[in-house]
Amino acid sequence: MLLLIFFGKNFGMSSNLRTMCSIMGAGKTAEFFRFDWKAQRWNLTVVLGAMIGGWLAVTFLTDPNKAATVVLNPQTVTELHQLNIDEPNGKLLPDALTSAEALKDPKILAILLLGGVLVGFGTRYAGGCTSGHAISGLSNLQLPSLIAVIGFFIGGLIMSWLLLPLIF
Amino acid sequence: MKFIKYLLVGILFGVVLTKSEAVSWYRIYEMFHFQSFHMFGIIMTAVVVGVIGIQIFKRGKVKNIHGEPITIADKDKGFTNYFVGGLLFGLGWGLIGTCPGPIFILIGARFWGVGVILLGSLVGTYLYGLLRNKLPH
Repeated sequence: MLLLIFFGKNFGMSSNLRTMCSIMGAGKTAEFFRFDWKAQRWNLTVVLGAMIGGWLAVTFLTDPNKAATVVLNPQTVTELHQLNIDEPNGKLLPDALTSAEALKDPKILAILLLGGVLVGFGTRYAGGCTSGHAISGLSNLQLPSLIAVIGFFIGGLIMSWLLLPLIF
Repeated sequence: MKFIKYLLVGILFGVVLTKSEAVSWYRIYEMFHFQSFHMFGIIMTAVVVGVIGIQIFKRGKVKNIHGEPITIADKDKGFTNYFVGGLLFGLGWGLIGTCPGPIFILIGARFWGVGVILLGSLVGTYLYGLLRNKLPH
């Protein structure tokens, strides 16, 4: 974030979603997407870099025996068992959500899609996500960002404690 | 070539978030259940470094790469949009465990299923664009 500010930009990942909508022609139906997306090419470049970074990290920078990856609190693992979600065992994401098999299940697809819609809608409504509000906004001591981050947490707590057990 | 620095920032971001496991659905679940200091540590460290860095930028009159003084626009005042938007975002975050940065990082890391989340988030962004004028801000 500090590097991007130094470059005269700001750090926020979710605005790229708006840019992508614009590129795909969303400006025809909603005024919100009519802006000069080409000015956002630098941020799309950050996205491309992030994808390369993720690929590098899992391909070259990972311990081959993976034993040390995502070691959770045993309590968490017990709770996950009750939800029928597999434990990490060196994986970043649960097979219950993103394995090839899970992706054939309409219910899982619906969960991923719904989660994505909530994230995409919420982040634009709030004007930022974890990077834009929690990191950039709080770093700059912005009250609106604190309100948004409190919102993130209340939403996350409701989902994680009340709704997840109902869904899984 | 002026884009190369943004590419490098992105690569750094992707590697750090993957290796710190902030992209992991498990870590987000654990965070919301207060069963580990892991994510709180990452976020708090980032914010502390950020606060100090921004204060140095502002007080030291540090110039950016173009030689201009560094200014950071304040966020617009408001409550409803930040709170309700934040709440909806949090519901999504708690469910699928990925915020927008990790969505891209995980696709790069060949978790193709996350493409469905990306699709959803684009639909969500588009819906917001359509409904924007009808929503309280």
